[in-house]
Amino acid sequence: MSVIRRAFTEDFTIYRVAEIKPDLLEVIAAGERIELDLAQVERIDSAGCQLLMLAKREASAAGKTLAIVAHSPAVQSLIEFYNLAAWFGDPLVVAAQ
Amino acid sequence: MDELKQVFLQESNEQLDALEALLLELEARPDDETTLNGIFRAAHTIKGAAGMVECAAVESFAHVVENVLDRLRNHEIAVSTELAALMLACTDQLRLLVADEAGVADLATEEIQARTAQLLARLGEFGPGGQVAASPKVVDPGVQRMPGRHAGHNCWHISVRFGADVLRQGMDPENFLRFLETVGNIRHIETLADGMPAAAAMDPELCYLGFEIALESAADKQAIEDVFAFVRDECRLAILPPDSKVGDYLELIDSLPEDSLRLGEILVQVGALTADELAEGLRAQAAPASAGSAPEGTPIGEILVARQVVQPELVAAAVAKQTQVSEKKAHDAKLIRVPADKLDHLINLVGELVIAGAATSLLAHTRRDGELIESSSLLTRLVEEIRDASLQLRTVQIGETFNRFQRLVRDACKDLGKDVELVISGGETELDKSIVEKIGDPLMHLVRNSLDHGIESPAVREAAGKSPRGTLSLNAYHDAGNIVIEVADDGAGLNRERILAKAIERGLVDPDVHLSDREVYDLIFAPGLSTAEQVTNLSGRGVGMDVVRRNLQALRGTINVDSHPGQGTRLTLRLPLTLAIIDGFLVVSANRSYVIPLDAVVECIERPVTEHDRNYFNLRGQVLPAVCLRESFKLPGERPTRESVVVVQYAGQRAGIVVDRLAGELQAVIKPLGAIFRHLQGIGGSTILGSGEVALILDVSALIKISGQAEQRLLARPEQRSA
Repeated sequence: MSVIRRAFTEDFTIYRVAEIKPDLLEVIAAGERIELDLAQVERIDSAGCQLLMLAKREASAAGKTLAIVAHSPAVQSLIEFYNLAAWFGDPLVVAAQ
Repeated sequence: MDELKQVFLQESNEQLDALEALLLELEARPDDETTLNGIFRAAHTIKGAAGMVECAAVESFAHVVENVLDRLRNHEIAVSTELAALMLACTDQLRLLVADEAGVADLATEEIQARTAQLLARLGEFGPGGQVAASPKVVDPGVQRMPGRHAGHNCWHISVRFGADVLRQGMDPENFLRFLETVGNIRHIETLADGMPAAAAMDPELCYLGFEIALESAADKQAIEDVFAFVRDECRLAILPPDSKVGDYLELIDSLPEDSLRLGEILVQVGALTADELAEGLRAQAAPASAGSAPEGTPIGEILVARQVVQPELVAAAVAKQTQVSEKKAHDAKLIRVPADKLDHLINLVGELVIAGAATSLLAHTRRDGELIESSSLLTRLVEEIRDASLQLRTVQIGETFNRFQRLVRDACKDLGKDVELVISGGETELDKSIVEKIGDPLMHLVRNSLDHGIESPAVREAAGKSPRGTLSLNAYHDAGNIVIEVADDGAGLNRERILAKAIERGLVDPDVHLSDREVYDLIFAPGLSTAEQVTNLSGRGVGMDVVRRNLQALRGTINVDSHPGQGTRLTLRLPLTLAIIDGFLVVSANRSYVIPLDAVVECIERPVTEHDRNYFNLRGQVLPAVCLRESFKLPGERPTRESVVVVQYAGQRAGIVVDRLAGELQAVIKPLGAIFRHLQGIGGSTILGSGEVALILDVSALIKISGQAEQRLLARPEQRSA
C-alpha cells in the first residue's frame, strides 16, 4: 500500500483553490493512503474547506483513505466551527511550530 | 351594569354552549384536532372577554381550565372520560360564575366559591397548569412559556443553502454564520455539501455548501433573517421557529383582532413568517411551472410548509383564525340582536292593525263602496303579510332546544348506567320563541322519564333480544298549523297493569270501570301517580307528568301517549305555532260571534232540520259527533230552520260544530281571557272584531273532548245498568 504524504503551504482560500484542486486530485490518484499536512496553511476559507471535503469524498469513493495529519490553527478552527471534525475523522493535532 | 358587561354575559353564554357542544363531540372523537382547538379557543375567548370586563372570578377559573386544555392540545395528557366529565363540570361552573357575575345565580356566592375550589383541586391533578394565582385579581401578564421537554426544543432551526456565486462575490458563508453568533447561541451546525458534483465537474470557486443550524436565540424571526440580508437573494433560507415559540404564535394568532387578514398576513403579523418568505412563497405560487415544485393553485399555506418556513400547525391555526373571522363576519351580517320586548311591541301593533284593517273593511262593505272595498282588500292582504312576517321574526328553530338534551342524556346515562343514543330530527322546525322557552321544561321531564323509566339497562335489553344501546328520539314537524314534537324511546313501554293498579290504589279510578288502553295511559298524567318502584334523583316522585300536561295546556297544546309493551313509548306533543294571532273562521249562533281556528276547519255543510235533535250527523256515509253551540253554551232563542255544520279536525279526530250561520274568514288577534274564566271549557280566548264586537275563540280540542265524554257517558249507562 502506497502512502503519500503531501504538505500544503499555500492558503486554502477562494483565490488559490482553483490551483490547488488539480494538485489535490493528482495526489489522490497517485496513492492508496493520502496524508495531508496542513500545518503550514495560514488561511483557509469556506472555499478551501469545501475543497477538502471534495478531496475526502473522492478518496472515499475510490476506496482510498485520506487523512489530514496536521492542522494549522486556522484549519482546525474552521473545521471545528463547521462541525466537520467527525466527518473528516482525523485527530485534531496542532502541529508544533 | 355597563353595556360591555351586558354583552359579555350574553356572549359568554353562547361560548359556553359552544364549549359544551364541542366537549361532547370530543368525547365521541377524542383524536379530533379541530375539535380540540375549538374547545381551546372557546375557553380562551371566555377568559379574554372576562378579563376585558374585569370579571376576575371567571377569568382566573377559565385560565386554569385553559391551561389544562392546552396540555391536552399538546398531547401532554390524553382525553379520558374522567377528564371530559371534569371539563363539562368546569363548563357548568363557568356558567355559574357568569350567572353570579350577572347576579342571577341560583346559589350563594360562598357555595360557588367552594365549588370553584373543589374543581381547581381536581384540575390540579392534570398537571402543573392547574395552579391558580392566589389572588384572583392577578391578571396573567402575557404568554406563558412551556417548560422545555427535550434539547433543541427552544432552538430555532435554520436551514440555509448558499448560492453558487457567493464565494466569487467575496462573501464567505463562514462570516454569516459567525455573525449569527451575535444574535444567539449556535448550538449545533451540520455542514452539508450534498450538492457538490463529481470532482471533474466541481468548480472550486463555486459554493456548494449548505448548513443546518440550531440556534438558541431570543431574537425574532426577522432579526435572524436579517443576518443573511446580503445573501438573501442568493441563498435558500428557511428559518423554523422553536417548538416553544409555536405555542406563543398560536396564542398570538388567537389574540389577533378579527380583521379580514389573508393567511400570509396573519403569519407575518405574529412573526412566524417574514415578509420576504411570504413574498417568495407567493412568487412560487404565482409561477408554479418555472419553479417546478408546486402544481397550479396550491394554497399558500401548503407552499410555505413545503418550503419549511413555518410549521404546519401554525398554518392550520391561521387558517382556523381566518375561517373564524369570515364566519363571524357572515354571522354579523346576517343577524342583529333585537330586544324581545321591542318585537312584542311590534306584534301588538300588528295585532291592532289587523283589527283596524278589519274595521275599515267592514265599513267599506256596509257602505257598498266598490272602490273602497277594493282598496281595503288590498290593505287587508298587505296587513296579512306584515302579520306573517312579523310573527316570523319571533320564530326560532327548535334544534337548539333539542341539542341541549345531548348533555342531559349523556349525564343521565352515566348516572343510571345506561347506554342511550339521542337521535334528533326536524331540528330546523320553527316555532314561536315564547313557546320554545316554555316547552323546554316539559320536554326535559319527558326526556328524563324516558331515560329513567322507559329505556332499560343494557343487560335487561340484551336479555330481551334488543340492542344494548337504547334509542331516544326527538322529532319535530309542522302539521296543520301546529307544531308536533315527538319524544319516543325503544324501551319497555308503559306497564298497563301497574298503572291501573296504582291508580286504583290511589283512588284515581273506580276498580269496576273498564278503561281503554288510551285512557289507562292517560292516567300517567294524573297528579301523584308514579309507577317507578324506586325514586331516583331523575324522576319517580310522581310530580312531573301532571305538571307537563298543565304547562302544555297553558300553551294551548296537548299531549298524547302511545305505547307498546316491549317496543317503546311515544309521546306526541301538539302546540300552536304562535300565541298571538291566528287565522279564524267566524260563525254566529244566537247573534253571538265565535271564532274557530281556521287550521282546524275541514269543510262546512248544511244541516237539515230533521237532524236537529241528534248529536251526530252523517258526512258522506261517515258518522261523526256533532256539538251544538246553542246547547253547549245554553244560548237563548229559537233555533233557525237551516243550521250549518263546521266539520273540524283535531289530532286525527273529526267532529261537527253546529252553528246558526257562517260569517267567513278573519284574522283573530288573540286576547287571553281573564283569570276568572280559566276553568271555562271549550273557550280558548277572545278577539275583537272589526265592528268592535267581542268574539270568543273556540277551543276545538276541548269541544271535541267534551262531546266525546258526553257520548261515552251515554254509552256507559246501559252497561252499568246491566252490570
